[in-house]
Amino acid sequence: MRLPKGAFAFAGLAVLALSACGGGGSSSASPGTTTLNIAFLPKAVNNPYFDVAATGGQEAATELKGQFKQVGPSDATGAAQIPFIQTLTQQNVSAIVVSADDANAIAPALKQAMAKGIKVVGYDSSPATDARNVFINQADTKGIGEVQIEMVCDEIPGCAGDIAILSATSTATNQNAWIDVMKSTLASNSKYSGLKLVKVAYGNDDPQVSTTEAQGLLTAYPNLKGIISPTTVGIAAAAKVLKDQNKVGKVALTGLGTPNQMRAFVKDGTCKEFALWNVKDLGYLAYYTAALLVQGKIKGTSGETFTAGRLGSYTIDASTTVLLGKPFVFKADNIDQLNF
Amino acid sequence: MSALRDRLLARWETLLVLLLGAFLVLGTSLSPYFLSASNFSDMTSNLMEKAIMALPLALIIIAGEIDLSVESMAGLSSALLGFVFLLGWPLWIAIPLVLAVGALGGLFNGLLVTRAGLPSLVVTLGTLALYRGLASVVLGPQSVSGWPAWFTNFGFGDVPGTLIPWPFVVFAVLAAAFMFVLHRTWIGRQIFAIGKNKEAARYSGIQVAKVKTLLFVLSGTLSALAGVILTARFSSARADNGQGFVLDVVTATLLGGVNIFGGEGTIAGVVLAVFVIGVLRNGLTLADVSPDTQSVVVGALLIVSVAGPTAVRRIRSAWSSRRFVQSASNR
Amino acid sequence: MVRAVEAAVPSNLAGRIGLERTLALVARLRELGIVLALVAIVLVVAIQAPLFFTVSNFEQILLSVALIAIVAVGQTTVVLTRNVDLSVGSVVGLVAFVTGDLLKEHVVGVPVAILAGCVLGLGLGALNGLIITVGRVPAIVATLGTLNIYRGLAFLIAGGKQVSAIDLPNSYLRIASSSVLGVPTLIVCAVVIAAIAAYLLRYSGTGRQLYAIGSNPAAADVVGIPSQRLVFGAFVLCGLLAGVAGVLWGSRFGTVNASAASGLELQVIAAVVIGGVNIFGGSGTVVGAVLGAVLLGTIQNALTVLHLSQFWLQAIDGAVILLAVGTDAAIRNYFQRILTRTGRR
Repeated sequence: MRLPKGAFAFAGLAVLALSACGGGGSSSASPGTTTLNIAFLPKAVNNPYFDVAATGGQEAATELKGQFKQVGPSDATGAAQIPFIQTLTQQNVSAIVVSADDANAIAPALKQAMAKGIKVVGYDSSPATDARNVFINQADTKGIGEVQIEMVCDEIPGCAGDIAILSATSTATNQNAWIDVMKSTLASNSKYSGLKLVKVAYGNDDPQVSTTEAQGLLTAYPNLKGIISPTTVGIAAAAKVLKDQNKVGKVALTGLGTPNQMRAFVKDGTCKEFALWNVKDLGYLAYYTAALLVQGKIKGTSGETFTAGRLGSYTIDASTTVLLGKPFVFKADNIDQLNF
Repeated sequence: MSALRDRLLARWETLLVLLLGAFLVLGTSLSPYFLSASNFSDMTSNLMEKAIMALPLALIIIAGEIDLSVESMAGLSSALLGFVFLLGWPLWIAIPLVLAVGALGGLFNGLLVTRAGLPSLVVTLGTLALYRGLASVVLGPQSVSGWPAWFTNFGFGDVPGTLIPWPFVVFAVLAAAFMFVLHRTWIGRQIFAIGKNKEAARYSGIQVAKVKTLLFVLSGTLSALAGVILTARFSSARADNGQGFVLDVVTATLLGGVNIFGGEGTIAGVVLAVFVIGVLRNGLTLADVSPDTQSVVVGALLIVSVAGPTAVRRIRSAWSSRRFVQSASNR
Repeated sequence: MVRAVEAAVPSNLAGRIGLERTLALVARLRELGIVLALVAIVLVVAIQAPLFFTVSNFEQILLSVALIAIVAVGQTTVVLTRNVDLSVGSVVGLVAFVTGDLLKEHVVGVPVAILAGCVLGLGLGALNGLIITVGRVPAIVATLGTLNIYRGLAFLIAGGKQVSAIDLPNSYLRIASSSVLGVPTLIVCAVVIAAIAAYLLRYSGTGRQLYAIGSNPAAADVVGIPSQRLVFGAFVLCGLLAGVAGVLWGSRFGTVNASAASGLELQVIAAVVIGGVNIFGGSGTVVGAVLGAVLLGTIQNALTVLHLSQFWLQAIDGAVILLAVGTDAAIRNYFQRILTRTGRR
């Protein structure tokens, strides 16, 4: 009589289960407090912005004689980040430095990591407040939002007309925070009363989707006077679209971008000015903060101050956030200064 | 010929067990963190939604059809769950409602295939887009959180005292039920018969249309269940939950020995294949190999798993015919 | 109305003008159907939003679907033979990245890079063809596998990096924004490719053989048609055209990373199906597939212009696919009834 086919499935799963039992409790050891094994988990890996932050992290790692690695999904969704968090937890890293695609979706996995003693530091885009020890914000959220409205007002003649925002993913914490600031700035500050926000489009940090959305904005709103894109992928895509459709000078473009990607567009006038911060320093500070937490030199409570290598001293504010500094405005006269 | 095929089939599951063993060894050699119960627990919980979707899909493919819309139904059910949760509905009403919508979606697929006679590949391609689109319309770009603790514990946590994820319990029960129905009941035999020869099945009194429609309803319902579990695991209802799943689910089903042309396959094979892929991916992930690179291996595995037996069969029949010719010429 | 049509169509239509020309008539009717749908949408939307009805807007629509149309031409050829190529998205992505990377690293000049991209596409299509014809793996399984393999290769080669617009030479970027005699280059490319393919499929012996393979593979073998070789050729062509689209991708979007063109295969198959190509092979035209792509692009543009949420787009696309296939089945059943009336004399 043939063996019932179910027997094979159970045999297979028995193999699996037995090997698991054999492996035992190697995961119950707590992560090393003296060795620095810190991993960066950006929103997505094929994004030059995060690559630059990684160089900062690597610099800090070399200084502190710790280990650095960067892992992440290829598409920027919260769901895709979860398996990476679990893997890092399994690998018993000392700390995870993460930029959240979806603040809530990754919270359970992060909490599990924290329960194991792994430190969690948010950077760029914060996970849920109770799912991280400290958040490194590149600049004051209000400042980032306000500077972009200011720039678009500068670039539009008469500071009046329709404007649109080309964002990244709809759930990114930082994007939504900045957009909220922009909306309230437009509403409350009379200097901007002539500007009207007609649409927030989502490019998902994907070059193709961003291009299509940018084109859609131009099609749907023929009187559009300005586009704000607070994401490096979006602003680069919008710049190309404006150039291809000969809208340079007719539609203003500003937002957040990297100097290397935007240099040509600034010089030919497609985008007169845009902002960012020192992305490398963001990575450097994030690594340093994580390292200090791992070594027990700081606890991550509000009010603590610490020194982060070459950047100097920082204080953790009431919402367990550390501010890197101020946003930096790039124009034609200073864009050659930085190379990233 | 049938004895040969049965032996080949039995050997297919053996092959899968061997593959599973090989990938376990590979995983162990690639990373010291692989062989631990908590790792297997994580790995399993990541697999369960796809595994649950693969069960009815196997039946549908055996019956000679296909259902590509499974991932979109999962997304629609997640979006719908989030939507009614925001309205304040309690989960004990919301979840059955969502499952019922899944059944309706499956019914829609089934009727288009059986009543209108449309090819299931195209119908489910259309509903793949339609259901995902409806999910976007229902929930928009936002995500819904704030779920009750018991719900998120169900999705993300384990049975107390063990490291067995709750969704695995659901899957195990479903898999056992499917195995019983497919291989030990009259309905199961009907499904195989339909897949092997639809016309002959109809002439022998099998109600082909009803069986197929039922299978699509089942697929829709279980995809909706997978969507609910996804929502619980992520603590987040989103319209794009489950996006990109269908490829892995179809791959697992085919790797499990289900014949794409219908009429052949086992649930045991599908279950094994799901874990083969899971173990492979998990081992490579722990070795910091990116998921996209892993896909190269999974894709190659899929092709070899289908090309291999065909090649073996052809070589065998070439040999046996040569022996026949030789013995004939020796007379 | 049905009765009037039935009365008007002679009961021995098939006998009178030949079966082949009857089927051609059906195909033309199908294409006419899409054109009518297009006209209807355009009129309805133009009333609401006059800026929809401008040359520049139509140009936008055609530009947005040009690359999909090119790939759809290749996909049509494959589907006609009762196969399918799910790997086209990955081929486009891989070729797009390799071409961009070659230009970024200044390895070769623009013409050689374009040629290299096309050859790569051709090679990837040939690999598909080999797995299917020599390996005897069903097309849906084989191309599902290569979809994963080719995409994985793209990520391996990319290593997390991307190609930005500033990395690419201006001459390359200008391809997508330039025009030929006032018509954007990309549209001209798509039209030329579609025209050549349509002509060959309709009027050449090889074209007719492709249709034969799809309608009745067993009969085609019996008659002596070299099915395996032709199917292989169809996949090579499909890969080549996907390669062409990949080469143009970088020019159009400027930034290329390893996930370029993800999901394109579903859009292409949708266009092909909506265009009236039978998923079981044997009937359908390249013109139909291109019109299908245009219809999908028009719907997307209409939603944008009417300020409707893009979230409706996928749902509408799905509904259009179902509608198109349902209509096809209805038409087929109807004509089958008419054509078989000849036997009842």
